[in-house]
Amino acid sequence: MRSSRLVPVLLVLPALAMVLALFVYPLGLSLVSAFAAKDGAATLGNFAKVFELYATDIVFTVVIVGVSTLLIGATASAIGGYLTLGENPRAVAVLKFLYRWPLFIPFIVAAQCMRTFLAKNGLMNNALDGLGLIDVANASGLLDWRGIIVTFVWQQTPFVALLVAGATAALDRAMIEAARNLGASRPRILVEIVLPQVTGTLVVGLILSFVTMLSVLSVPIIISGGAPTMMTVDMAFRINSYSDYGTANALGFISYAITGIAAWIYLRRSVASGGKL
Amino acid sequence: MRSPLTWLPRGLALGLLAFLVFGPLANLVLWAFAEKWYFPHKLPLVYGFRFWSQVFKPSSEVFATLATSVSIALFCVVVCLALAVPAGFALARGRLPWRGAILLAFLLPQAFPSLAVYFNVARIFYTVGLNGTIPGVVLVHATHGLVFAVWIAAAAFAAIDPDLELAARNIGASRLRTFLTVTLPLAAPGIMASAIFVFLESLDEFTGTYFVGVPDVITLPLLMFNASIGGNYQIAAITALILLIPSVGFMLFIERFLKADVLAKVGG
Repeated sequence: MRSSRLVPVLLVLPALAMVLALFVYPLGLSLVSAFAAKDGAATLGNFAKVFELYATDIVFTVVIVGVSTLLIGATASAIGGYLTLGENPRAVAVLKFLYRWPLFIPFIVAAQCMRTFLAKNGLMNNALDGLGLIDVANASGLLDWRGIIVTFVWQQTPFVALLVAGATAALDRAMIEAARNLGASRPRILVEIVLPQVTGTLVVGLILSFVTMLSVLSVPIIISGGAPTMMTVDMAFRINSYSDYGTANALGFISYAITGIAAWIYLRRSVASGGKL
Repeated sequence: MRSPLTWLPRGLALGLLAFLVFGPLANLVLWAFAEKWYFPHKLPLVYGFRFWSQVFKPSSEVFATLATSVSIALFCVVVCLALAVPAGFALARGRLPWRGAILLAFLLPQAFPSLAVYFNVARIFYTVGLNGTIPGVVLVHATHGLVFAVWIAAAAFAAIDPDLELAARNIGASRLRTFLTVTLPLAAPGIMASAIFVFLESLDEFTGTYFVGVPDVITLPLLMFNASIGGNYQIAAITALILLIPSVGFMLFIERFLKADVLAKVGG
């Protein structure tokens, strides 16, 4: 029947058209204007300007997002691992209750929380002072690149940990029990048996996290006002202060290129598993 | 093995985690109720509701902003469901060419750094008069939230036993009637979950609104941002708390909406 093959296509088309019109088309526009001068002629001038003005910020962004991704991966694996391998049901229940809190908290709220928590006179320094570990009067806050990393890890870990915990819960327990009976320690079981089986899920979660962090504007502005800053802040500045779409789009192109490497791994993974994520 | 000593490292680790998770939130709550707080005092000197009455007085811009934010989020849910229910059904039941590629296409807005796309959307919207309008902001939020709507709707339809639909068809129900009276009610919890995802995503969205909404559309996250940049910690903390309530509520109840049988099929 012709109609039964056409109907599903017609049902998907409007939703697909929306993504094409409001995402793929502007993305294309962005790519083209990255290589166009103000008069529309093809040029690499925008990139020359980007490297002259913002080379430090590009490195700064890659380091912050990269370090955050690694920390998120390590923390999420540890949480997922303990939820699967933990022997004390009460401790597992407490961890399960604790780790998810920041899951849906928006970046902007997380940033405002951290701006006060990590400040020189914030709750963290005051708690450490109360324990006698530091003296607030001589301490400094963490409101710079470190604060951005802490905010990213705090906000993104629950999402990746949730994915990892879901995957580890679905694992075949027999292998874990066998390893344990042979006397393997739990950290060893985590690294050698559990994590290799959930690498796919972990990598997918980390890549989505990586891309999200690369597009966040509010966190770097709220946490650390000054230079160096992240590329998103530079893009917003080029647009708002100079309406300089060329340079802003060149910065955008570089952020796509950074993601491209990550997306390549991602697509390879999802194709390998038959379209399943 | 049940000696209290084994709880010491475990208790310390969980306590540290609890401090790291709740510390930043506690600091926010403190600021929301602090009327007077300055260095080197560890805790606020005067607590009170002065800033709350300022935020919640009838003429305050917070009310207008909250109304804008909620209506944008609701419109966004309507747009996303109108597109995602048919698309999800087709992806779950129909024989679609390039099904995997279509599923991935909806992920694109989440799989690319979106900031550069947003200011180009703003540039396009400027030429068609959508910049600084509610419909413009709704369209931007909906595009970003569509992946949740489509994927979860597709998973919800895929989790339904086709025999139930077949039974309705056998006793003479039309295709449309089967869909409306059998399929849709069975998929309702999953679709509800996707609606909540889309609603929250829109309510919390900052960057897209920052470029497309200005200067006329101010949402709650933008108001919070302005208060924060202006150094108005109390107002920022109170607006942040308003944004926190739905986020934390959804985190606590997500498993009620998103059942394991649906969750297992998301993206598949």
